[in-house]
Amino acid sequence: MRYLPKSPAEREQMLEEIGAVSIEDLFSTIPAEYRLTRDLDVPRQHAESEIIDYFRAAGQKNATDYASFLGAGAYRHYRPVIIDSLVQRGEFLTSYTPYQAEITQGTLQAIFEFQTMIAELTGMDVANASMYDGSTGAAEAVMMAVRITGRHKAVVARTVHPEYREVLATYAKHQAIPTTLVDYVRKTGRIDLAALEAEVTEETAAVLVQSPNFFGTIEDIAAIAEIAHAKGALLIVSIAEAVSLGVVRPPIEADIVSMEAQSFGVALSYGGPYCGVIAAKEKYLRQMPGRLVGQTTDHDGNRGFVLTLSTREQHIRREKATSNICTNQALVALMATIFLTVYGKEGIRELAEHNLAKAAYAAEALSAQPGAELLFRGAPRFHEFVIQTREPQELWSKRLLESKIVGGLDLRRWYPELGDATLWCATELITREQIDTAAKVLAAGLVEA
Amino acid sequence: MTTNATVPNAPNSSRVTTGKVRTHPTQNEGLVFEKSSPGKRAYKLPPLDVPAVDAASLLGESHRKVAGLLPELSEIEIIRHFTRLSTWNYAIDLGMYPLGSCTMKYNPRVNELVARIEGLAEAHPYRPDSLAQGILEVIDLLQRCLIEITGMDTITLQPAAGAHGEFTGILLVRAWHESQGNPRRKILIPDSAHGTNPATAAICGYQVENLKSNADGGIDLVALERQIDEDTAALMLTNPSTIGVFENEIHKIADLLHAKGALLYMDGANMNALVGKVRPGDFGVDVMHLNLHKTFSTPHGGGGPGSGPVACKKFLEPFLPTPVLKQHEDGTKHWDYDRPQSVGRVRAFYGNTGMFIRALAYILANGPDGLRQTTEDAVLNANYIRKNLEDLYELPYKTPSMHEVVFSDKRQVAKGVKTGDIAKRLIDYGFHPYTVSFPLIVPGALMIEPTESESVEELDLFIAAMRAIAKEVEETPELVKSAPHSTRVSRLDEVQAARKPILRWKPTS
Repeated sequence: MRYLPKSPAEREQMLEEIGAVSIEDLFSTIPAEYRLTRDLDVPRQHAESEIIDYFRAAGQKNATDYASFLGAGAYRHYRPVIIDSLVQRGEFLTSYTPYQAEITQGTLQAIFEFQTMIAELTGMDVANASMYDGSTGAAEAVMMAVRITGRHKAVVARTVHPEYREVLATYAKHQAIPTTLVDYVRKTGRIDLAALEAEVTEETAAVLVQSPNFFGTIEDIAAIAEIAHAKGALLIVSIAEAVSLGVVRPPIEADIVSMEAQSFGVALSYGGPYCGVIAAKEKYLRQMPGRLVGQTTDHDGNRGFVLTLSTREQHIRREKATSNICTNQALVALMATIFLTVYGKEGIRELAEHNLAKAAYAAEALSAQPGAELLFRGAPRFHEFVIQTREPQELWSKRLLESKIVGGLDLRRWYPELGDATLWCATELITREQIDTAAKVLAAGLVEA
Repeated sequence: MTTNATVPNAPNSSRVTTGKVRTHPTQNEGLVFEKSSPGKRAYKLPPLDVPAVDAASLLGESHRKVAGLLPELSEIEIIRHFTRLSTWNYAIDLGMYPLGSCTMKYNPRVNELVARIEGLAEAHPYRPDSLAQGILEVIDLLQRCLIEITGMDTITLQPAAGAHGEFTGILLVRAWHESQGNPRRKILIPDSAHGTNPATAAICGYQVENLKSNADGGIDLVALERQIDEDTAALMLTNPSTIGVFENEIHKIADLLHAKGALLYMDGANMNALVGKVRPGDFGVDVMHLNLHKTFSTPHGGGGPGSGPVACKKFLEPFLPTPVLKQHEDGTKHWDYDRPQSVGRVRAFYGNTGMFIRALAYILANGPDGLRQTTEDAVLNANYIRKNLEDLYELPYKTPSMHEVVFSDKRQVAKGVKTGDIAKRLIDYGFHPYTVSFPLIVPGALMIEPTESESVEELDLFIAAMRAIAKEVEETPELVKSAPHSTRVSRLDEVQAARKPILRWKPTS
């Protein structure tokens, strides 16, 4: 076996030194009746070339040459080449969680830089070293708010990503955190502020909204914060599209921000691994879940970094920990750090503006077709928008696929009241030609419908 | 054991040489923000092919007026910055990384290549199933392999890491008990368990009841029988245990639990000691998680991403997280969302797919014979270390070791040297420390897991280093207590870091 650095003779010699007759001696504590006496029924040993062939074939079967207007929590942005050059360095790729600070300063400093960038972008004081993803991060943020306030209820906007809400429901059920949903205004796609005000009470630990929300609409964070804070509840803002922060005002009135940083240079990879992160006001630091890197000095006064405030964590506090999280998304956070360094202060804004322009053009081009309507015109949006069609989407999406275009995401599963509505996303990687083609193909059947 | 380690020189010596390492200069490098200057760029966007928009008027109140303070650098500076940082890390690629319980094995490079194949890496999670058959087949094959390896009936790949898998597994336990009319109140957890176990039970709304280990560091069957009652939902058991010992009465443990209607959850962190030799499904486990970043070679990446699939018996299948992978009659695959008894979703989308690809590549590279040989070599290596160190380090439990061996610092403490000091001194000999002070049932534990990835030469260097340190403890304990002496930074002040936390850079103005 090519990964095993031993010759048969060496194995024999080692056994002899240990005083074992055969390798089976070392497994003698396993009761004989349970020992496997046959080969596992898994594929035979493959050559490296065969492994590559197998996955290439799988990749081709997946179809690669489609233009895609899908977003909804997973965004296709350009990934600068140096991200993969750097994260594939063995010293980053094959090292463990940096508990031994003297020989993991590289990882520790990179995480410290990540925490700084996330704090800068979100307008929060501090950020952690990462969470699994945006969905679990949002659930952990709600649990954090429950610990801070000593209250036990959560109020959640219906415009939070439906799968994030499902994950929250799974966590909340067993934490005994009753959650109620607040609907959106049909004209704007924004949370209904009057309904929110009616829902938030003295028992509310947190209000959870997403901005830009699932429809791509940007929420009025200041107004929402006022309502939450008036009753002593915390405001949690979930951000699924991190690139928006290049041009959208950060949610500075929030108490906690839970962000999915996949947009910062992380491949779509059919849904993961992505990179969640929680940022917050400094006063809530001790209730944060997950790892934190802090600056300190060594015995000689040199600057250095360590994992800190670990008395919050499971390996110290066990059942009293702020979360059970252990492994996080360190290497993916490193991708995001490199991405943000490549684009920098000006680049992130320019990139976000390109997204804004593409989406503005796409929204108008698609909704200009007879039988297609752009919903939620009454509020600003980033790079996603909702189109309602007269023709059933099964028909036009089939035509689009024939033209090698994956159209918007069907919203009927979660928002049946919107009829034949689809969520479209246009990032900087969509071309004008692809948008024009999509509009043309869409129009072909809409007229007749 | 043949090699002798040269003793690293005392502090202040300009050059340190052992059998494994010699010091060499590393580059200094400030924070990326400190290197920034306005106007530098490492990016270029293509010309905009649609009309430009005025962001301020389009977004109104929602427009960002003050940019975040991100660094501004050129590409070469970014390459140097992160490359320099990388050289400050120890890594498996540099040598043995004997962290017990963490399974720091070789991460094959073909895994990285195939995870980046365009059709897989660029697949959007919401693309129609008809355009995702390739990745769905990969997921299906991995699921079938893991089911076979564990001897279980069904599986979900959705959990993002081991602790997330524990969470999912205990939710399955809870859902099943609820379906029987009573969720029950408590989970039994041995005192030797990983910290994630009790933290998980608490998050799932269970009380944690501690189970004291017996004189061999295993489950005390008499105590267990006494503690199981109608309120016990499950026992969370790591097997082999965290002292690297197989619970040889595992079937009795399972029987005791099942007799009272409780379930057996297995923490699969140590599954690398069992693959191809014995299957948890065959010895009574009802539900377990796997760590693809341990047993199945996906890289740890400085702390993640991981992946924590949960395998279980048939009776728990209705409760698996939504969605579940299914097959149409024509053989095409699709996601099934119609799961009325499901515990719900534990993560958006389907899990850390990129890790599934890597784990499957590893299984394909090994085949059944390679997987078995891997397990045997891991156990062989641990026993070789045990044999060559047990005369110098205290072995608190004499029970036979599987993939890891746990010593204690009892003899060294007499000289004022603790496990943490010995660990730091190992760094000077060119090794990453073992796991320090865990499991908690061994005071001053040295938990050593070599994995199968180490050659005899590397093992001998490690043994020589540990023996040399034992000698230093006797002769020059201060040298050990003040280690490491060869690193860029000396011991860092953790108290200062926690007392006045500095968690981000701020501009000095």
